Amino acid sequence: MEVPILKQGEILIATVQAALTDSDLLQLRCALVEKVAQARARGIIIDVTAMDVMDSFASRTMREMAHMIRLRGAETVIVGIQPDVAFAMVQLGLSMGGHDGCRPGRRSGVLTPKFTG
Amino acid sequence: MILVGNAVVERNLAAGVENEIHVPIASDQDVVVARHKGRALATELGFSGRDTTLLATAISELARNIVSYAGRGEIVLRTTHNSDRPGVMVVARDKGPGIASIEQALREGYSTSGSLGLGLPGVRRLVDEFEIVSEFGEGTTVTVRKWKG
Repeated sequence: MEVPILKQGEILIATVQAALTDSDLLQLRCALVEKVAQARARGIIIDVTAMDVMDSFASRTMREMAHMIRLRGAETVIVGIQPDVAFAMVQLGLSMGGHDGCRPGRRSGVLTPKFTG
Repeated sequence: MILVGNAVVERNLAAGVENEIHVPIASDQDVVVARHKGRALATELGFSGRDTTLLATAISELARNIVSYAGRGEIVLRTTHNSDRPGVMVVARDKGPGIASIEQALREGYSTSGSLGLGLPGVRRLVDEFEIVSEFGEGTTVTVRKWKG
């Protein structure tokens, strides 16, 4: 299932609508890395509220995506990680880390966070 | 009494058959199918949202290991019981290359596929019981159980 990407000012918003397969995730990564310059975006918001599982592949892909997007000149914020999903991610030993440009959003309703740089 | 006993056995057998779900695993799409079926089974048994998500995440990891390392295999989901609690048993089976050193595969940070190497130790933390049988060159079977909390 393709993830719709909307542009709002300098921000691109990708809202995951349903469970994603590995290929869907890779496609999303490709689309965002491509669009970030096209849209002259400074920030990317990925809303993962609809994701019921964030396993090692999904979180690795998100981290890599954020790193690539940073190399393209924008910041990534992940919003909407469900409490149970966060619990499972930590048990599994996964992190979204702050080291490679991907940070969790503090409020899941944020539409215009301040992007640094 | 005998009839009652038989009836119970028959009912259990019927329940066993009814609740055993085989999911063939050969692609990333199947990984999603397997974890959805696991989630549905756990929900049916009255698992909490958190335990359901932990189980679905474990199934996702096990199914992906099958796709990444063996190419194909299957996930079997089954309801199970210990003394007083229902649970879900997940068997992830493949006829892939097998694991040369299980000890190494269960060590944190070890990976042969360039991934994070958190697969098996991580799965172990998500479930209550974890068993692995692997014959080098013959395949791997991972069995996990999660009990209703």
